[in-house]
Amino acid sequence: MKKVDINKKILGENEKFALENLFFFTKQKKICLNIISSPGSGKTTILTKTINELKGKIKIGVIEGDIQTDIDAERIRATEAPAVQINTEGACHLSAVQINDALKQLPVEDLDLIFIENVGNLVCPSAFELGESGKIVVLSVPEGDDKPAKYPAIFAKSKALLINKIDLLDGGQVDFDIEKAKADARRLNKDIEIFPISARRGDGMDRWCDWLVNQVEKSAQ
Amino acid sequence: MHETMVAESLMEIIAEQAEINNAKPVTAKISCGTLNPVNDEVLRFAFEAIAKDTPCEGVTLKIEHKSIRAKCKDCDTIFDIDLSRPECSKCGGDDFELQPDAPLILEEIEFQTE
Repeated sequence: MKKVDINKKILGENEKFALENLFFFTKQKKICLNIISSPGSGKTTILTKTINELKGKIKIGVIEGDIQTDIDAERIRATEAPAVQINTEGACHLSAVQINDALKQLPVEDLDLIFIENVGNLVCPSAFELGESGKIVVLSVPEGDDKPAKYPAIFAKSKALLINKIDLLDGGQVDFDIEKAKADARRLNKDIEIFPISARRGDGMDRWCDWLVNQVEKSAQ
Repeated sequence: MHETMVAESLMEIIAEQAEINNAKPVTAKISCGTLNPVNDEVLRFAFEAIAKDTPCEGVTLKIEHKSIRAKCKDCDTIFDIDLSRPECSKCGGDDFELQPDAPLILEEIEFQTE
């Protein structure tokens, strides 16, 4: 037997494209946020409400990732923001090369902020760097407050956590200990920004939008 | 599920090395961290399926999972952390800083020699 040392990153090819995307965003002074959550946590609703709330303040474009259909891109386009739909045809996450292609179809020069809505999945997308400026994890209250403990990777890697659908906490419709979820997330990631919101009813959206404007201003300096 | 893509990339690197070394690969040793884990069974299954009828057919995957470490802010102990029960192994404190996670890498390949 002959042993050969390789010491090569297995997903190095993905990381090559991720670096290219990162350089692109840095050079253009754009912010790109990669939104990751379980299916049905409200990612697209958060995006449409955020786009409407920030109209006239910052210009947003969206790259939508789904296994199939362009339902989400259509929902974004209804707000008049530009959107590109990627269909992964079975793959459970977006890859950096797909973002590289999608960026060519977005009017990036005219935008301040690009959101990537990843495929609904709390596990796989966290393993694939896309060259984003930061990851945003969304946890909706019906999913349970144990998610940071059960899926630590994504909470450890994210810049911000949106706890969505907090309107369902009224009248005890859903058992969710918000302080426990926050503490568990902060234990994994002391710098994580946490925004309890209800995209549907509007709670907490102003604080989240102010934070986004701040991120954009910082990147433009 | 992302193991399929890991298997594809892995096979590309092994096939390339097999050609460079002009030898048949027998085992491949890979390692991953805690925040970028692979499921051993799924990865082996995917690799086997993709490698069929290629020079990588029959390659055994040795997979090592490396624990992520944390540094306790109370007592400065550096310890392997269990993320499902995140607390210092020495003092039980829960104020700590995670250390960098091990990347997903192909460490070495063993080739058959005549």
